[in-house]
Amino acid sequence: MSRIIVGPFNRVEGDLDITLDTADGRVQAARVNSTLYRGFEQILLGRPALDALVYTPRICGICSVAQSVACAQALADALGVTATRNGELCRNLTLANESLSDLLTHFYLFFMPDFARAVYADQSWYETVAQRFQAIRGDATRQVLPARAEFLHLMGLLAGKWPHTLSIQPGGSTRPVQRQERLRLLAIISGFRRFLERTLFGDDLERVAALRTPAELDAWRDEKPWQHDDLRTFLHLSDTLALAQLGRASDRFMCVGNYRLEGSSAVPSGVWTPQRGRQPLDPLQIREDVSHAWLRAQAPLHPAQGETQPVAEKADAYSWCKAPRLDGQVMETGALARALVAGDPLLTALVLEQGGTVHTRMLARVLELARMVPKLQQWVQQLAPDEPFCTPAPAPADGEGVGLIEAARGSLGHWVSLRNGRISRYQIIAPTTWNFSPRDQRGQPGALEQALEGAPVRRGEQDPVAVQHIVRSFDPCMVCTVH
Amino acid sequence: MANLLWLQSGGCGGCSMSLLAAEGPDLITTLESAGIHLLWHPSLSEQAGSEVRTLLQQILDGEITLDLLCIEGSLMRGPNGSGRFHLFGGTGVAMIEWVRQLAARARYTLAIGSCAAFGGITSAADNHTDATGLQFEGELRGGLLGSDYRSGGELPVVNVAGCPVHPNWVTETLIELALGEGAPERLDPLARPRLYADQLVHHGCTRNEYYEYKASAEQLGQQGCLMEYLGCLGTQAHGDCNTRPWNGEGSCTRGGYACINCTAPEFEAPRHAFMETPKIAGIPVGLPTDMPKAWFVALASLSKAATPQRLRENARSEQLIYPPTPQKRKQ
Repeated sequence: MSRIIVGPFNRVEGDLDITLDTADGRVQAARVNSTLYRGFEQILLGRPALDALVYTPRICGICSVAQSVACAQALADALGVTATRNGELCRNLTLANESLSDLLTHFYLFFMPDFARAVYADQSWYETVAQRFQAIRGDATRQVLPARAEFLHLMGLLAGKWPHTLSIQPGGSTRPVQRQERLRLLAIISGFRRFLERTLFGDDLERVAALRTPAELDAWRDEKPWQHDDLRTFLHLSDTLALAQLGRASDRFMCVGNYRLEGSSAVPSGVWTPQRGRQPLDPLQIREDVSHAWLRAQAPLHPAQGETQPVAEKADAYSWCKAPRLDGQVMETGALARALVAGDPLLTALVLEQGGTVHTRMLARVLELARMVPKLQQWVQQLAPDEPFCTPAPAPADGEGVGLIEAARGSLGHWVSLRNGRISRYQIIAPTTWNFSPRDQRGQPGALEQALEGAPVRRGEQDPVAVQHIVRSFDPCMVCTVH
Repeated sequence: MANLLWLQSGGCGGCSMSLLAAEGPDLITTLESAGIHLLWHPSLSEQAGSEVRTLLQQILDGEITLDLLCIEGSLMRGPNGSGRFHLFGGTGVAMIEWVRQLAARARYTLAIGSCAAFGGITSAADNHTDATGLQFEGELRGGLLGSDYRSGGELPVVNVAGCPVHPNWVTETLIELALGEGAPERLDPLARPRLYADQLVHHGCTRNEYYEYKASAEQLGQQGCLMEYLGCLGTQAHGDCNTRPWNGEGSCTRGGYACINCTAPEFEAPRHAFMETPKIAGIPVGLPTDMPKAWFVALASLSKAATPQRLRENARSEQLIYPPTPQKRKQ
């Protein structure tokens, strides 16, 4: 048995290192260390209630709007205010704008560049892939950055700027949309759609979104050579490198639901396992375990009673991250979980065959792009410029509130308590807190820690390339993780 | 070529995310055409793990020159001066220690964002992580590197402040330095580049007509001026946010909410709620920049008395009630 430490990790948001015990060319055990602690849950204590809308987006520069939306929903719950219909539409649009930008950024800038590494130089596909996806120098970066920036013009119109807006309020949006702006929004989304069709899918969005079985996906792929578009390139690489056999975790998936509009959610909530399919989710079964975190020892607590007290030294601790568990179980969250809970037939069939793997996690993100863009177009059409956008929030007093939403990377929860209009408790569980949690008091490794067990390590590799693929397949956001 | 190294510590990464949205041209093209070579950036580069550790060692050993050192996020000295709240991944060494050593090698050191410049959001409340900026701790000079620090190019830390930064604030500062045009007089008293810090957020605000007549929004979402009731600091905040908008057409005030003066030290901890204007005897505590109080009070009451109905009503509405009346030609 030998031990290696991999870090710093890049092309993830924030900082991370991982300790790997290896033997016989395989990872035997992994310990994931979230290396950064800032303490937002303490910073918020005692501030006026609505100030949380200034602080919480600044937890994370890549999930900023997701943090704003979870915060606004938690405050709305605590204050007893209902957002206007226009306000909900604007919230959904800005949240989807951020999430889809993140899915795109992850595919092109964070995940694919690893296939341009020198370790693959002997592969037949190498030159084509390196030319396209090499970090910084590849052609793809130059196409994706302008497309992403143009798509984010939606934020300029609806949120003032990105990241870190204050337009998302408990009662709706501070940014009424005028008639000409509604048309501009449609044009921005259409531009993004064309980019995806030309570059990522090489096909009409609807055709890709409508693929329902693994056989249909294979048939679609075989219509064109693998170099035709970036999705086919990914499928080709995934095949030749067997990404479908890499990075399986616990195969227990969770989604808290997303994109609320007048009481219903466009993305349903639930738990999904291969054995039992979809089950309802009970958020009251969530507990955060601190046994392996540099936090004051205590029994696992529900976040509505949660505490965050850092300690510099503690036996058995190896991360600043808490270990959230649902009814004692490790959960994986993200685009794949959303697809499974929503009953997506293609991804359900693939996960029943191969589990949650590098292949299925990546495919779920790409398909979510295809399926969400038409939703954005519908939401813009539903905006009513003559109707109200924001209901004023009542003066804060005492109350408790919960905000549960899906960020790009998975389930995000805010739990707030107010006393005399000020924040007396604020607890946050971010998607990567679930996925990259350390062990719990029963010794159960977190989802990534499980996914890394068994990963191949080539002779002499200091930063195993398989580990890079697995880590990035979760699209971690480390600044959110500990916050 | 000028070598650029970018490291992140006690922040959110939002300044990098904002920078990636640079347009006309995109970030990679901008850097390339300015002759800037990216040694390593956490969101963009291929190298990870041991490759990065080797690169950093080569810089410290003088084998690779470091022209531009960009630090994003505040520098956390706690607990007890150990820097343990952020050990740089894979190195076991506190990020504050890496930054101290690298800054001694850098031709120019840049604080990217208000966290790295002044401490920012991470240093809010009782600052339990002992977070600071590189050369300022809030409004006080000092910070991690000390007030006497000068980089190899004889400049203090350049504070590209903002929460987040506008992409152009960063790219233009980098170009200015790469062209050799950086100079102490190009920085304002808080060491912010005058490229953008010589303007006020108020300049070009689309609510200016409401401001002129003190026709104020009373609730978020309404069209009026945000200064009287909703906490807007645009008349005091340094930045060109409204003359050179964000993400195409946006800014905070265009987005319907107050400017919170995020380019300034200690913006993160106001003594009042962010979205409320503190007042004494009905007069806002923070007056517009360079404006004598007596004149402000006199002008405000005069202009309030003169407010046309169009502005008074529109100011308190989400939608336009009265469009401007077309001017008739004199008969």
